[in-house]
Amino acid sequence: MSEIKLENLKKSFGKTEVIHDLSIDVKDGELIVIVGPSGCGKSTLLRMVAGLEDANQGNILIDGKQVNELEPMERNIAMVFQNYALYPHMTVFENMAYGLKIAKIPKEEINSRVQKAADILELGQLLERKPNQLSGGQRQRVAMGRAIVRNPVAFLFDEPLSNLDAKLRVQMRLEIKKLQTQLKTTSLYVTHDQVEAMTLADRMIVMNQGNVEHIGTPLEVYTKPKTLFTAQFIGSPAMNIFSGDCQKGQIILSNGTTLKTNSNHSGKLNVGLRPEDFIMDDKGSIKLKVELVELIGANTLIHGKLENSNEVLVASIAGVINEDKIGKNINLAFKDDKLHLFNANTNLRIN
Amino acid sequence: MKKRVIFKGWWLPALLVAPQLVISFLFFFYPSGQALWNSLFLPDPFGLKTEFVGLDNFKFLLTDPYYLASFKTTIFFSTAVSFFSMAIGLYLAALADRLIKGAGIYQTLLIWPYAIAPAIAGVLWLFLFNGNIGLVSYYLKGLGYEWNHTLNGDEAMFLVILASTWGRISYNFLFFLAGLQAIPKSVIEAAAIDGASFWKRFFTIVIPLLSPITFFLLVVNIVYAFFDTFGVIHTITSGGPEQSTTILVYKVFSDGFVSQDLGSSAAQSVILLLVVGVLTVIQFKYIERKVHY
Amino acid sequence: MVEKKKSAYWLTHAGLIIGVLFIFFPVWLTFVASTVNQEEIINPPLPLWPGTEMFENYYHALFKGGREGYGSNEPVINMLINSSIMALGITIGKITISLLSAFAIVYFRFPFRKTCFWLIFMTLMLPVEVRIVPTYEVVANLNLLNSYTGLIFPLIASATATFLFRQFFMTIPDEMVEAARMDGCSPMRFFKDILIPISKTNIAALFVILFIYGWNQYLWPLLMTTDPDMKTIVIALDAMIPAGDDFAHWPTVMATAVLAMLPPIAVVIGMQKFFVKGLLESDK
Repeated sequence: MSEIKLENLKKSFGKTEVIHDLSIDVKDGELIVIVGPSGCGKSTLLRMVAGLEDANQGNILIDGKQVNELEPMERNIAMVFQNYALYPHMTVFENMAYGLKIAKIPKEEINSRVQKAADILELGQLLERKPNQLSGGQRQRVAMGRAIVRNPVAFLFDEPLSNLDAKLRVQMRLEIKKLQTQLKTTSLYVTHDQVEAMTLADRMIVMNQGNVEHIGTPLEVYTKPKTLFTAQFIGSPAMNIFSGDCQKGQIILSNGTTLKTNSNHSGKLNVGLRPEDFIMDDKGSIKLKVELVELIGANTLIHGKLENSNEVLVASIAGVINEDKIGKNINLAFKDDKLHLFNANTNLRIN
Repeated sequence: MKKRVIFKGWWLPALLVAPQLVISFLFFFYPSGQALWNSLFLPDPFGLKTEFVGLDNFKFLLTDPYYLASFKTTIFFSTAVSFFSMAIGLYLAALADRLIKGAGIYQTLLIWPYAIAPAIAGVLWLFLFNGNIGLVSYYLKGLGYEWNHTLNGDEAMFLVILASTWGRISYNFLFFLAGLQAIPKSVIEAAAIDGASFWKRFFTIVIPLLSPITFFLLVVNIVYAFFDTFGVIHTITSGGPEQSTTILVYKVFSDGFVSQDLGSSAAQSVILLLVVGVLTVIQFKYIERKVHY
Repeated sequence: MVEKKKSAYWLTHAGLIIGVLFIFFPVWLTFVASTVNQEEIINPPLPLWPGTEMFENYYHALFKGGREGYGSNEPVINMLINSSIMALGITIGKITISLLSAFAIVYFRFPFRKTCFWLIFMTLMLPVEVRIVPTYEVVANLNLLNSYTGLIFPLIASATATFLFRQFFMTIPDEMVEAARMDGCSPMRFFKDILIPISKTNIAALFVILFIYGWNQYLWPLLMTTDPDMKTIVIALDAMIPAGDDFAHWPTVMATAVLAMLPPIAVVIGMQKFFVKGLLESDK
C-alpha cells in the first residue's frame, strides 16, 4: 500500500509562510494533481514530499511511515522534473540506470528494468543516444523512464509538460495518464494548467497562496467549486462573477435583475455563472449588452456587459452567432442548478 | 542569485576547502603579511638586527631619485607595451574579422606566441640585436648605425619594449577578434547602408562597442607589463644600462636579492601590492557594471 | 566583409600576412640558427634558410649538454624533465584543489563559508613577484629549496582556477543536482560522476593555460633553484646567454631555445579549441 498522508504541513521561507496548515490523504494508486497559479506553493509542497525541502511543521507519511527526516533516496520515490534534468554526458541507458547503480542493484536486474521501462515508453531505439541528440518529447520520456525503473512507491511530477509545445503536450498528457493507469503507482502531479489538471486527475488539490481551496474530483471541482477562487480558476473561459444582495430567497444583482434561490443566506454575496451554462432565450433573466463576438467554430464567445451595469459578462453559446448582434441586447437563461453562490466575505460556497 | 540546491553537512566541505586554504595561508597570506611587516623595519648593515622604523622606508622611497626614476620608467614602459600590443592586436583582429573564411587560419597562425615565455621572447630578440652576431644590428651597421643596447639606454628600452610587445600581440588579438565577432553583423551592415566607410564605421561604431573588452585588456596588459615582463628585462638588460630599464618589479628583485636591502624591497612590494590591488578592484567593479551581450 | 572591392580583399590579406611574418620572424631565425654551425653565426649575416647541423646540434644539446670543445652545460633533457614536472605539477595541483574548493563553496553551506570565499578571492590580487622575498623565506624555512615541492606549491596558491570553476558551477541547473539527490547521490559521488564529466571542457581549457603559466615561470625558479640539476629549461636558457664577450656555442643555445618553446606551443596548438574558449570565458 503506498498511501501518502500529509498532516498539518507548514513551511516558511525566512519570515514568509508559504504553506499554511495543509493536510491531505492520497490513496494508493491515485493520481492527485496539485494545481494553482504561480507562487501558490504547489512546487514547494511537492518538494517537501520528495525530501528536497524540509517542512517546518507537520508530518509527511508514506506507507504509514513518517519520512520527514529521510533523504529523498530513502523515501523510495521518484521525481520527473520540468526541465527533465537528464545527465548530459550519459547515454539514455546510463541516465535510467544511474539511480539503480548507486543502489548497488545487480547488473542483470538493472538491464532488465531499464529494458522494460524502455519498452513501455518506446525508447528502445534510443538507449545509446545522448540527451542532446533527443527531441523534447523523447527527453521527457527518458525522464519518466528514470522514474519508472526505480519501482518507487510514488511518482512526483513537477510541471513536466510545461516545456513542450502545445501539440506535444496533449499527446504526452495522454501517455502519462495511460502509464499511470497501467502501473497503478500513486502519483502527485503539479501543474498550473487547469486543462492538464482536469484531464489527468483522479482528484485535484486547488491551491492558492499556500492555502488549499478545494480538494475533490475534477467533476466536483467543476460543478460545485467550494471557493470563489476555485470557481474562477477552473474552467475556461473563466466563470462570470456578479455581485449581489440576497434577501429572503431573492438575489438582486447590480443592475436590478432578480434571481430566485433556495438559499436562506441574508446579505451580500457573489453569484457565479459559467459562460457555457448560458442559453439564448428571449425569456431569460440575464440581459447582456453585446460588445464583441468571437467565432471559435463549434461555439461562439459573446463578450459584453450586464445590461445597465459595468460588470463584464462572457457567454459561450453553441453554434454561430452573427456579428450583427453587436451593440444590441440579448437575453440569456440558465438552469437553476448551474447557479453558484459564494459568501462575499469568506468567499466560501453557500449553496 | 536564485535559490541553489545544496548538500547537507559541514565537515565534508571544510575538508574540501582545506587544501586551498592551507596552501594559500602558507604561501600567500603569511608571506604577504611578512612583506607588510618587513616594510616597517630597517635591517642594520650587518644583517644582525632589524630596527622598527615605521613608515620611514616608504618615506625614503618616495624621495629616492632612483625609485622615482624606476617609477617613471615603469609607467613609460607599461604604457608603450600596452598601447602597441593592443593597437597591433586590434589592427590584426580587425583585418581578420573582415574575412569570411580565413579568420580561423590566421587565428591559429597568430595565437601560438602566447605559449612563449617572456624570458624566451627576450632571448629571441636579444639574439637579433646582439652587437656582434645579431642579424638586425648587422644590417643597421651596414646602414651606418652602430647598435649597442648595452651602452645606450634608449636602445635598451626600445629593445625590451619590442620584445614585450611582440609576445603580447597574440593575447590581445584573440580577445579583440572575439569581441569583433560578437558584434552583430546587422549593425555593421546598417552603418554601411547609411554610407559609412570602413574606417568611419571602425571609429564610430566598432570601437565604442569594443570598449568593455578594451578596458579589460588595458588592465590585464598593464598588470602584464608591470610583472610578467621581469623575464624580458632580466634576460636582455638586467635592468641596465645604468638602471634605464629597471622597472619597479625588477627593482624589488635587485634590491631584495642582490643588494639584500630587505626593508626597502619589502616596502616596494607593498607599494606594488597597492597598485595591483587598485587595478584589480577597478576591473572587478567595471565588469560588474557593464552589460555583456 | 561588407565591401566587395577586390583591392580591399587583397589589402586585408596583405596586412595579416605582414603581421604573421612579424610574429614568426624571430622564432624562425632562432630555428635556423639552431641548425647551422658556430662559424655561420659568429659571422653575420645569418642565412635565412635552415642548415645541415640540425640533428647534431639537437642531439648534443639534449644529451651531452653541448658540442665538444665548447664547454658543457647540463644535458638539456634533464631541464626539459624539470620543466615538465614543474608545469604538470602546477597544472594538476591547481586544477585539483580548485575543483574541490569551488565544489565546496558552491554546493554547501558551512560556517565561515563567506569568509573562505573572500579569503580565496583575495589571492587573485597578487602575482608572486610582489611577495617574492618572504615566500622565499618561507620555502627556505621549510627546507624546500631546490625541490620540486618548493617549485610547485607557492605557484598553486592563487585562486584564478577556483574562480573560474565557481562561475561555471553556478550555471549548472539546480534540477540536475536534485535529480542526482533523488537518485541517491552522495556529494562526492555527484562530484565524481556528474560534476567532473560536465566540466571536462573547462578543465581542458585550464589545463592549457596553467601548463603554459607553469612552464614559463621565471622569477621563482630563478631564485630557488641553485643546484644545476634542478634548473628548468627557461632558466637554463638564460644562463647560457653569454654576457659581454663571453664565449658560447650559439647553435646549442638556439637549439635549447627551440626546445624550451616546443612543449607549450604544442599544447596550445594541439588544444587550440579549448584554449581559446577557456581564455575568453575567464574574462566574464
